[in-house]
Amino acid sequence: MSNETPLWEVFIRPRNGLAHRHCGSVHAADATLALQAARDVYTRRGEGFSVWVVPSAAITASDPVSKSEMFEPAETKIYRHPTFYDIPDEVGHM
Amino acid sequence: MLIQSSGIGKGARMYSQGLIGASHEETETPEFLKAFQRRIDAEEKIEPNDPMPEAYRKTLIRQIGQHAHSEIVGMLPEGNWLTRAPSLKRKAILLSKVQDEGGHGLYLYAAAETLGVSREEMTEQLLAGRAKFSSIFNYPTLSWADIGAIGWLVDGAAIMNQIPLCRCSYGPYARAMIRICKEESFHQRQGYEIMLTLCRGTAAQKAMAQDALDRLWWPSLMMFGPHDSDSAHGEQSMKWKIKRFTNDELRQKFVDATVPQAEFLGLTVPDPELRWNEATGHYEFGAPDWDEFWRVVKGGGPMTRDRVAARRKAWEEGAWVREAALAHAAKRKARDAAAKTAAE
Repeated sequence: MSNETPLWEVFIRPRNGLAHRHCGSVHAADATLALQAARDVYTRRGEGFSVWVVPSAAITASDPVSKSEMFEPAETKIYRHPTFYDIPDEVGHM
Repeated sequence: MLIQSSGIGKGARMYSQGLIGASHEETETPEFLKAFQRRIDAEEKIEPNDPMPEAYRKTLIRQIGQHAHSEIVGMLPEGNWLTRAPSLKRKAILLSKVQDEGGHGLYLYAAAETLGVSREEMTEQLLAGRAKFSSIFNYPTLSWADIGAIGWLVDGAAIMNQIPLCRCSYGPYARAMIRICKEESFHQRQGYEIMLTLCRGTAAQKAMAQDALDRLWWPSLMMFGPHDSDSAHGEQSMKWKIKRFTNDELRQKFVDATVPQAEFLGLTVPDPELRWNEATGHYEFGAPDWDEFWRVVKGGGPMTRDRVAARRKAWEEGAWVREAALAHAAKRKARDAAAKTAAE
């Protein structure tokens, strides 16, 4: 086994009503220590009230090299946006 | 296409922050380099897995690593005064500041790790004396006023350096810097307040403040690095938008901002050549002792050996804790797995 301390990704919810957001990473031997490290490193000034830690190795991510095939289809479908449609001013706010 | 990241190790393909040991081979054709420069010129941020020239990666690893080491080593001169702070209030503030510096080091190590270097490798480089840290931390903190002067001048110089880095072309570094800059302002203000308190105190206290300024002024100016014409990485870093201002530009900004603050304190900046130039709207100032600068940068600073020795001691004496935590985690994992098998 590697003697490097595993890496964890840290997500913080700034307050209720908002989603957890990725804010950085910490090294820790296990989940409990990762939570404590994340608390010390990322919430010294009341930045959040809920912390998630996730082993970095457990994250499945899209490959940046295939960015175009992954996201290009959305770019050509401009009719998915409300501004695509012409509605006469007389109709009022819609 | 989705790729399951397969853990930390050589050749592991990971597209989150965790890129330690990821393989990154780019064939650097002129077209590749041109396309990369176009992205930089268009102010696009470069993110961890994006193709990048090897020299860009290496420059960032070196710069972010040095920056991280500076934060960590920077805890030492201030830690020296934790037990001797003059009041509980000052002690609590100093503890917070030192803890912030530790946090800043960790944000930066994490940013460097996205480029494929591990924390362990960076630590080994520091302990072996192969990695540099800011020249300022090679000087001792001889009096309580030094803690004030460090906050005011050293953190002030750091802010001057770091604000443009918030717009650095490398995303993870820029994001770490935004966080750091937000926290750094307290460091400078608490330092100036210490100086102000001393300067409004007894004659001996004011003399102590003047002495700290006398000793730390020139080393603070040296923090911006060598003269532009002697800066090895300057030009390319500007082109890649790793740096936004040259060393001399930042030094000038620092002097312009700091001299009036010294005047307010009633202290004298120890530079006989210092004068206000009405025409340029800037202060003119003397040259730091560059021989001293290079001596310190090359490891000959008054405290260089002590700083590295203190880090080595902390790393070696903490080894059993790191090992025990990993062994405990492995044991718990094995026990959970066994319990799961038994239950099935």
